[in-house]
Amino acid sequence: MIPAPFDYVAPSTVDDAVRALADAGEDAKVLAGGQSLLPVLRVRLAAPTKIIDLGKVAELRGVREEGDHLVIGSMTTHYEVQRDPLIAEHATLLARATDTVADPQVRHRGTFGGSLAHADPAGDLLAPALALDAEVVIQGMDGKRTATAADFFEDFFTTSLRPDEILVEVRVPKHTGWHAHYEKFNRVAQAWSMVAVAATVRTDGDAIAEAKIGLTNMSSIPMRATAVEQALVGQPATTEAIRAAAEHAAEGTNPTVDGNADVEYRQHLARVLTGRAISAAMAG
Amino acid sequence: MRITVTVDGTSYTDDVEPRTLLVHHLRERLGKVGTVVGCDTSNCGACTVHLDGHSVKSCSVLAVQADGSEVTTVEGLARDGQLHPVQQAFHDNHALQCGFCTPGMIMQSIDLLADNPDPDEHAVREGLEGNLCRCTGYQNIVKAVRDAAHHMRPGAGPEAERVADTGSRTASSVGGGGE
Repeated sequence: MIPAPFDYVAPSTVDDAVRALADAGEDAKVLAGGQSLLPVLRVRLAAPTKIIDLGKVAELRGVREEGDHLVIGSMTTHYEVQRDPLIAEHATLLARATDTVADPQVRHRGTFGGSLAHADPAGDLLAPALALDAEVVIQGMDGKRTATAADFFEDFFTTSLRPDEILVEVRVPKHTGWHAHYEKFNRVAQAWSMVAVAATVRTDGDAIAEAKIGLTNMSSIPMRATAVEQALVGQPATTEAIRAAAEHAAEGTNPTVDGNADVEYRQHLARVLTGRAISAAMAG
Repeated sequence: MRITVTVDGTSYTDDVEPRTLLVHHLRERLGKVGTVVGCDTSNCGACTVHLDGHSVKSCSVLAVQADGSEVTTVEGLARDGQLHPVQQAFHDNHALQCGFCTPGMIMQSIDLLADNPDPDEHAVREGLEGNLCRCTGYQNIVKAVRDAAHHMRPGAGPEAERVADTGSRTASSVGGGGE
């Protein structure tokens, strides 16, 4: 199948893109890497009248340091995130989660910012962004604003982006030296995460000093496993201590039910995968 | 919209509708029917081509997004009548049954070897994760990719020289392509 007809523009600056978006009204759609949007257009689940392609906006790509933060351009591809030396050093969790996104062809095109703006609750980069206390920088006709990941994600496929706004950057506090792992559970290659857990841990000697745990697909938006994080502080990184803390992983979760799994099974997965994610992070 | 795309070394300028998918542009306008469409869901990878040196599913790229870019299809791999080492390895190892997935498998295998010149079996299977073979002929496909890696290793002789657009990929070129 082919998409319904639409007008297409490919501006070369963020200012021009924002103006084009504002002029086009609510039936416009922003195209980042297109790896979620084009499949949807092809089967005509969506039929925007205008596509604003950010592919030519060079200023939206790349990773830089800004004090104690990394600043990741929203159009930086998954492939670039996987291989970026700054991300490897200061936001290891993001690199490991990105390794698991879709397949190599999709990772060549798909972008970090596009994934966050798409806000699929089964998307693999939302929980790491939340766990790393990332902020998104948003630009619209009224200028720039910043939102925490916790405020940005509002519901299934819904963010705080307004119709004339574009996600331009993601600011990630440096987590230098933190252990990290992303544990994903799906049934077949390429499948979305049924449940996945993003874990990053800072140690002090043999003890866990701080832990940040994000849950993928355990609600309509990514969640933090706050009770697990609290239970881990000051604990030795033993199998028993990790398992005991991970028992709290499903507290407060509200996962969707579908043909793959009911609530109870998903909550079971959250507990098991949290334990595995923390153990793997500590071993890595 | 008027676009110019270099495909398998030849530059083509055409007027296309914005909604035209790259795979349809290649097949229906340019006659590059070696690249095939195997699904409607972006899962199968049969339409894989290289866009500025990186593999993409050409069903998930608009032709207008490829404006100004270089595309390599399975038809652009052979040099002077000689198959590319990955094509030869697929032939030698019986790495196809019905052959429908083969164009995409070969293009993705070349991409994989550009990133990892000596993949073990697990790395080959991970690298081909986005390509499905409905004949389930994966065993010989994996064998073929490892055989190709052997023939393409540095110092392997003339075959190692016959590499495609991804052949010169280095750490410093990683940022290019695939917008």
